[in-house]
Amino acid sequence: MERSRGKRLVTLFFSMLYISAFTFGGGFVIVTLMKRRFVDELHWLDEQEMLDMTAIAQSSPGAIAVNAAVLVGWKVGGFAGMVTAVLGTVLPPVAILSLISLFYAMFAENRIVALVLRGMQSGVAAVIVDVALGLGAKVLKNRKWVHNAILAAAFAATFFFKVNVVWIILCAALVGVILALAERKGGMAK
Amino acid sequence: MTLLELFLSFLQIGLFSIGGGYAAIPLIQSQAVEIHGWLTAEQFLDLATIAEMTPGPIGINAATFVGMRVAGLAGAASATLGFVLPSLIIVSLLSWVYLRFRQLPMLQSVLASLRPAVVALIGAAGLRMFLQVGFGGQLDIARADWAAIALFAAALFGLRKYKMSPILTIALCGAGGLILGLLGIIQ
Repeated sequence: MERSRGKRLVTLFFSMLYISAFTFGGGFVIVTLMKRRFVDELHWLDEQEMLDMTAIAQSSPGAIAVNAAVLVGWKVGGFAGMVTAVLGTVLPPVAILSLISLFYAMFAENRIVALVLRGMQSGVAAVIVDVALGLGAKVLKNRKWVHNAILAAAFAATFFFKVNVVWIILCAALVGVILALAERKGGMAK
Repeated sequence: MTLLELFLSFLQIGLFSIGGGYAAIPLIQSQAVEIHGWLTAEQFLDLATIAEMTPGPIGINAATFVGMRVAGLAGAASATLGFVLPSLIIVSLLSWVYLRFRQLPMLQSVLASLRPAVVALIGAAGLRMFLQVGFGGQLDIARADWAAIALFAAALFGLRKYKMSPILTIALCGAGGLILGLLGIIQ
C-alpha cells in the first residue's frame, strides 16, 4: 500500500515535470496536457473532474498551471500529492529561467532556437484545438439546450467581446445556481 | 532585506493576478519596474519576451528572472515562493470544498453549467493561438503564414486521427519549424 502510494507520487511528479517543461503559452495549454495525461492515459481523474478543476484553477488568483497542480495533487495524493505536483510544475520554469537570465543575450539571438520555438507554437495551437473539439462534441451530444447556450455565449463573450474570464465563469456559475433553485421549486410544487 | 522585499512583492503579484498569465503582466511591471526599480522598462520587455518563448507560467518566469538578477539563486527562490504561496493556500481551501461538497445538488448544478463555459474558453484560447501563429493575430489572407498553417493542420490531423501524444506532436512541430527554416521556407 505504502509502496504503491510512493510510486503514484513519483509518477505524479514526473508527469507534472514533463508537462510543465513543454508548456509554452498560457495556462490553458497546461490544462489540456494535464487532461490528456491524467484523464486519458492514467485514468486518475474523470473528464468532469478535470473540467471542474480547470474552472476553479482559472478563477483563483495566481498561475493557472500552479492552481491546477494544487487541485490534481490533493485529489491524487493528499497534502504530499499537492506538494509533489507543485514542485514538478515549478521546477522546470525556475531552472530554465535561471539559466536564461544568465545567458539571455545569446539565447534571444539564436536563429535555431527561434525556428524550433516557432514550429512548436503551431503544435501547441493544434493540441488545444484538438482537446476543445473533443470536449465540445461531448457537450453538444448531451443535447441540453442550456449547456449549448452557455457554450455559445461563453465563446462569443471571450472571443469576440473580450470579456474578462472571471466574469464569464461567474455568469456560468450564476446560471447553475438559478437552475438549481428552479429545480428545487419545481420539485416542491409536485 | 532584499529577499524579504522580493518575497512580499511577488506575494502581492500572486495574490492579485486573477485570470491567468496576462493578468499578471501589469502587476509585475508595477512592482518590479515602478515601485522597486529592479528592472528597467527595457529589461521588462525582455522579460516579457523570454516568458513568451519559454515554458511555464509568466508569474514564475518573472519571479525567477527578477529574483535571479537582484539576489541570485536565493532571490529567485524567495520571489518564486512568494508568488506561489497564495495559490497554495487559496486553491487548497477550494479543493477541500470541492472534494467534500461536490455531491450537493446546488454545487452539481453550478459545476454542470461551468463545464460548457470552460470548454468554450479552451476553444477560444486555441483559436486565438492559431490566428496568432498562422496569421500574426488577425484573420487576413494576405498575412497568412502557410508553412505555420500547414504544420498546424498536420499536427491536428495526427492528434485527431491517430491520437498522437501531445508532447510528441509539439516536439515534431519544433523539428518541422527548424527544417522549414533551414530550407528557407519560413523566415
